[in-house]
Amino acid sequence: MPITLLLHGLEQGLIFGIMVLGVFITYKILDFPDLTVDGSFPLGAAVAAKVIFTGGNPLWGTFLALIAGFLAGMITALLHTKLKLTNLLSGILTMTLLYSVNLRIMDKPNIPLLGKVTLLEQIQNYFPNISLNYLIPFFFLFLIIILKLVLDLFFSTEIGLAIIATGDNEQMIRSLGTNTDMTKLIGLCLSNALVALSGAFFAQYSGFADVNMGLGTIVAGLASVIIGISIIRIPTIFWRTIAVVVGSLIYRLILIIALRYGYKLGFEPGDLKLISVLLVIIALSIPLIKSRIDFLTSFSLGRKDLQNKNHPGEEV
Amino acid sequence: MLVIKGLTKYFAKNTPHEILAINNFNLRVKKGDFITIIGSNGAGKSTLLDLIAGTLQADQGEIRLDGEVITSQPEYRRARWIGRVFQNPLLGTAPYMSIEENLVLSLKRERKGLRIALNKKIREYLREELSELGIGLENDLTKKVGLLSGGQRQAMTILMATMFKPKVLLLDEHTAALDPESSKKILKITQELVEERKGDLITLMVTHNMKQALEVGNRTIMMDRGCNILDIEGEEREKVDIDYLLKQFSKLRQQEYIEDRLVLG
Repeated sequence: MPITLLLHGLEQGLIFGIMVLGVFITYKILDFPDLTVDGSFPLGAAVAAKVIFTGGNPLWGTFLALIAGFLAGMITALLHTKLKLTNLLSGILTMTLLYSVNLRIMDKPNIPLLGKVTLLEQIQNYFPNISLNYLIPFFFLFLIIILKLVLDLFFSTEIGLAIIATGDNEQMIRSLGTNTDMTKLIGLCLSNALVALSGAFFAQYSGFADVNMGLGTIVAGLASVIIGISIIRIPTIFWRTIAVVVGSLIYRLILIIALRYGYKLGFEPGDLKLISVLLVIIALSIPLIKSRIDFLTSFSLGRKDLQNKNHPGEEV
Repeated sequence: MLVIKGLTKYFAKNTPHEILAINNFNLRVKKGDFITIIGSNGAGKSTLLDLIAGTLQADQGEIRLDGEVITSQPEYRRARWIGRVFQNPLLGTAPYMSIEENLVLSLKRERKGLRIALNKKIREYLREELSELGIGLENDLTKKVGLLSGGQRQAMTILMATMFKPKVLLLDEHTAALDPESSKKILKITQELVEERKGDLITLMVTHNMKQALEVGNRTIMMDRGCNILDIEGEEREKVDIDYLLKQFSKLRQQEYIEDRLVLG
């Protein structure tokens, strides 16, 4: 495999890894399947692209994207906690309304950023000796490590633990004095802020923002989270935040390989979404298939210990 | 002092299936009282505890705790003063979190902040509290709670419900789902923890065990159809035996039977 292909996989895996950290917060920690991300990813891209396109500071644009994502998460949280809509419906509604909002922000379905100074080019001005090919992956690796450490720290604080408990046993944490409307709000805002940040960086990396670029973000996020967690199985936040980013890298690599060599098997670019969904289904069914196989082989091997296998707390 | 006045709660209000779960209920509880609550299924015992804790909101009436009206406060706010143990041992703890994380969450009941939750000092304190339970978890602080037995989890829940020095402790048949041995142990732990706070803790315990209802605590009430139909303490309570309580129950049944016959002919 050419080295550039690997580098592209690494770059995209890291950029989308920021989004995956966000999906991890809602899907795994809060136990809230949040579809808002399909809208907040292009929202981040739209906000950053608009600011950069109109000659604004890219750093400022990226920061505004983060704030916009935060607010998008807040809308979903308020729909769910105040109006008592189900979590899926709240996400779908916000995702759909964001489509119009994104069009309004961009004024048109697509903003090209070619020839504009993005954050990545600004950074390169500080390191003129390093080729952009290596600077980009290093920058995003550095960024994602920082984000990961900040998240680890956050989830060891009192509020952080209360958010984890909200996803684990909501009735309990409420009877221990925590307003679970609040913990859900914080979790959703944080998650969508990360997703929008990821969108902002992806727009600057790929040189455009498109109103349809968010389609399937949730599937990509879920696939990455599930792949990562089924590979690295240590159930602590420290390892989980590593696991989901690793999952994102693997997922992007698979997609890039499918795009590059898939035609040999008769795949077309339009089949990409189908492949992503198949990946999710396979990753989700691995634990079940594995336990089936263990169960069946236990009879042929006569192993009693496996027949009565019961591991509470292993599957988190 | 916990004062309940005219408390009323309907389920499915204004529908053909309307049920009057709590009917103009009154109760005054002094500091240090340990009340056992008995009554048949559907008498409103658990609903009463839910109303006090704030899991359910009352339709009418008033609940006062030390003079403050808490009737319409949300559950999480009342949790500053109220500790609670559920019948289901799985409800009181978070299975995918560690023992120390569960305990530390219950320690601070006010608004949680951005401080790091666990440190050496707090761990030491939690270990001490755990070792007093005598269930041998003090060296497994980082173990996931989902790996513990029902009895161990219930013991943890009781510790979590008393560790923060609450004003009120609500126990909802908290030994019913355990095997006889664990059940005995949990009851003993409960009594010890309540004893420690003797004089300034209010305890309400729902039970189906008549023997337990008379042996534990200093006051017993019997509920039927959302009302308080028997309230005994002190000498009067000492004279009462299980037979008497059972007779009260069958009298209620009889009455229901007669009423049913009047209606159904």
